[in-house]
Amino acid sequence: MSTQQPAPTRSPATNRIGYEQNVYKGATSTLCAGCGHDSITAQLVRALWECNVDPYGIAKMSGIGCSSKTTAYFASLSHGFNGVHGRAAAIATGSFVANRKLLHVAVSGDGDTASIGLGNFLHMVRRNVPIVYVIENNGVYGLTKGQFSATADKGSTLKDGLRNDLEPVDCCALAIEMGCEYVARSFSGDVKQLVALLKGAIAHRGTAVIDVVSPCVTFNNHEGSTKSLKFAREHEEPLHEIGFVPYYEEIRVDYEPGTVQEIILHDGSRLVLKKLGNDYDPTSREAALVLLEQARREKHFITGLIYRAPEPSPAFDEQLELVETPLAHLPDEFLRPNPEVVEQLNQLWR
Amino acid sequence: MDDHLGLSSQQQATLPVGAIAEERNVPRVNDLVICVATSNGTGSISANLVLARSILQMGVPIGTKNLFPSNIQGLPTWFTIRVNEQGWVANRRDVDLFVAMNRESVFEDLAGLRPGTLVVLNAELADALQRDDLIVYTVPFTQLVGDVCPEPKLRRLVVNMIYVGVVAVVLGIELEEVEAAIEKQFAQKPKAIELNKSAARAGAQWAREHIPPQDFVRIERRNLTTNKIFVEGNTASAAGLMFGGIQVFAWYPITPSSSLAEALTDLMATWRRDPVTGKATYAIIQAEDELAAMGMVVGAGWAGARAATATSGPGISLMAELAGLSYFTEIPAVIIDVQRVGPSTGLPTRTSQGDMLKAYHLSHGDCKHVLLIPANPKEAFEFSMTALDLAQRLQTLVFVMSDLDLGMNYWLSDPLEPPTQPLDRGKVLTAEELDQITEFARYRDVDGDAIPYRTLPGTRHPRAPFFTQGAGHDDRAKRSEKPEDWAGNLERLARKHETARTLVPESLVELATKPTRVGVIAYGTSDLPTREALARLATAHEWHADYLRLRALPATAKTVEFIEQHDRVYLVEQNRDAQVAAILRAEHPHIASRIRSILHFNGQPLDAATVIEQLLTLEESEEEQP
Ligand SMILES: Cc1ncc(C[n+]2csc(CCOP(=O)(O)OP(=O)(O)O)c2C)c(N)n1
Ligand code: SF4
Ligand SMILES: [Mg+2]
Repeated sequence: MSTQQPAPTRSPATNRIGYEQNVYKGATSTLCAGCGHDSITAQLVRALWECNVDPYGIAKMSGIGCSSKTTAYFASLSHGFNGVHGRAAAIATGSFVANRKLLHVAVSGDGDTASIGLGNFLHMVRRNVPIVYVIENNGVYGLTKGQFSATADKGSTLKDGLRNDLEPVDCCALAIEMGCEYVARSFSGDVKQLVALLKGAIAHRGTAVIDVVSPCVTFNNHEGSTKSLKFAREHEEPLHEIGFVPYYEEIRVDYEPGTVQEIILHDGSRLVLKKLGNDYDPTSREAALVLLEQARREKHFITGLIYRAPEPSPAFDEQLELVETPLAHLPDEFLRPNPEVVEQLNQLWR
Repeated sequence: MDDHLGLSSQQQATLPVGAIAEERNVPRVNDLVICVATSNGTGSISANLVLARSILQMGVPIGTKNLFPSNIQGLPTWFTIRVNEQGWVANRRDVDLFVAMNRESVFEDLAGLRPGTLVVLNAELADALQRDDLIVYTVPFTQLVGDVCPEPKLRRLVVNMIYVGVVAVVLGIELEEVEAAIEKQFAQKPKAIELNKSAARAGAQWAREHIPPQDFVRIERRNLTTNKIFVEGNTASAAGLMFGGIQVFAWYPITPSSSLAEALTDLMATWRRDPVTGKATYAIIQAEDELAAMGMVVGAGWAGARAATATSGPGISLMAELAGLSYFTEIPAVIIDVQRVGPSTGLPTRTSQGDMLKAYHLSHGDCKHVLLIPANPKEAFEFSMTALDLAQRLQTLVFVMSDLDLGMNYWLSDPLEPPTQPLDRGKVLTAEELDQITEFARYRDVDGDAIPYRTLPGTRHPRAPFFTQGAGHDDRAKRSEKPEDWAGNLERLARKHETARTLVPESLVELATKPTRVGVIAYGTSDLPTREALARLATAHEWHADYLRLRALPATAKTVEFIEQHDRVYLVEQNRDAQVAAILRAEHPHIASRIRSILHFNGQPLDAATVIEQLLTLEESEEEQP
């Protein structure tokens, strides 16, 4: 979605299409001070800016929840849609087929995606709708004041001591099962990793799912929570050190051979993964599922690029064989057959 | 027969229509009902359509009703063809010629026929005949099909065309027309044509040799169907969507609306691909549920596409939350509700007008939607286009309230006419237009019609973007919980509904031939049987009423005036709770006491006799009052 136009003015404060980072900001957040969601918003602003995304060309989609409110807090030159609880995936699917040239960015909560909207989320993934789909995962329903969500880990507790005994829903594993070709997990506090993964998602064409652990400082930040700031900081196990190299920049080859894996994205940009002790290959679907299963069993909080398909398959607009022009911009002559067709139909039905 | 039509014996006993009863003993030309009982899944539908078409080709009007079970194979199904040269081809309760092919139902079928009915009885079911007051032709179908169809596997299908040949001879249908209808029916399968023709001929041959001519009921050539089309309402609705410029259609399978989506899929593949690139100018998406289908429609509408879904009662229940979102955020959307008997599964293959009230107020909070109500295929075609235009014009959800009777039955209809107006794109501001104004306020009533302006996502102008949210907002779309903002918005939406009242299709009025203080109102598929009832009441009972057909909600001023101008108005509905009467009474309390209800809700399409019975009873009690 980045444009190739050279910037009219190129000062350090503007991106290649001439916009300052401020342009990608939005309204002032009304979330609790210190909420993880706000730091994700900040990284989204940075990623959109650094990826030279047309600030008018974004469709910001969300459901309902504290997380979903954040579509108001970035990219204020673009239209946003804070829809209904759990339906961001479906609404975004409709919006995308209406205008495939918009960069669709959805922000959703773990309640929004893993409970009420789970079905619609999985089917959006199955269709490979091009979208950057961010799940701001805090293990609770923030906006309705702290009930467990379906991503709460087994054994974690609420503030009042109530313990979750149910198996958590792993949105990354489900997304991979449904054929998602860009799946990542991150932590709102791991700024460097998160921004690289977001940029990778923007450069990917197809559904990109990023499940970001994002502590709710008001309702789920206590001892006994596995989604607290402290727990996440202490337990995060990055799979790799991750860097994003845009398509227009040369890669610096100062790594030792074998220590780095390069993932080439749709527009030619690359994710550069520097291995950290393990030998994880994020282009293997089997390995990804095994990794997530192990992490679940051993209660590890692993982060990084979990899966990226080696050969991306057709996105939803290609499957539908849509015309090049966004449907919403088609002139009347494309939308209404000739009047003679009415007579042909009458003839057929006589 | 009457039993499965769901009528109690008491209802039959009180049938007051002398006219109908008397006609039975005189030979009747082009005024009869044929009913074919077969087993679901035996391919009888092709034979029944051939029978229907051959009568049409003789220039005589017909109506068909396919009464089928909620099942794929094996349960009884009845296909009824009403032939009537006056054009009264709505449902009629009794049958003149019955074709008994189905063991499952044959005992009940035969027991329910009135004395003197002609019966074409499959010889294998002869044991079911336990009365001697019917005129029965026992046909050795198994033997006949064996002679014409060497392939045993095909016999189950081909046997149906034999009864077509028999019925043709009994009623005087020309065999050439039967053969022409076979060619039309099997145009895509040329191999089947010869086989089916020989089956029809074999049936006709047998009938000529074994059945003495009768003149109780006859079909004679007329010139009354020229130019007419014979089509299912769902197909016409789909064609309307295509000409209405539909861009995104999302749906989830449910009887009786699935065939609309399937027809649309076929039509669009033929006529809405870019002739140069072959690419699609539309998206049709089979969604994972109705929540998603409606979500997609709303998302597409938001992004600037003309979007619709088709569903039935259970589907609109699931769409309720998003219907409210469309209303409050003012996003164009269209739902075609092909109504069936509810709630939930209800009677999924039976017709109803039971979603009217629910659809009108669908969602939570204060919600009022626009409903268009087609009564025939031509209107189904037109109202699909009108709905897409009105949704854009009004920036809201528009329903088309079809039903199973209209959607899934073949109707004789006036031909479709090409649209005369360009697509209505509504109040959308472009970047250039934004340059010329000082402020863009998404939800401000600038023109006094309560319809605001909108911009589409992707508009490259700093004044274009706004944030869409169901949550409280002021007229600049900014989040607001101020009481005056919320109330002000609700009031504007109510005024917008008043604007809708002036834009929806107008009601049609037919005045009685004599002055009268009584009015009758019907809508949708109640139209034809209600008009038939009024015609019969005028001729047989010297009872006259003015007639208004309601074609949309909110009710137009003309509709309200019609009620004001009559002492009492009978409102005919195919639901139990007088749903449209409830809406009219609530919105126009000053006319509330004038409205009386005629209600029909047994899953059968409405018939004139029901209207007549209820009308006469109600009128009697009117007279008894001091
Ligand atoms: C249909 C419906 N049911 C329930 C709600 C109430 N509700 C609002 S937000 C929410 C949960 C939000 O949790 P999550 O998606 O995790 O977002 P968070 O606030 O934690 O960021 C619920 C249940 C609603 N808005 N709509
Ligand atoms: S309640 Fe939790 S999730 Fe919501 S804003 Fe506050 S900290 Fe964030
Ligand atoms: Mg949450």
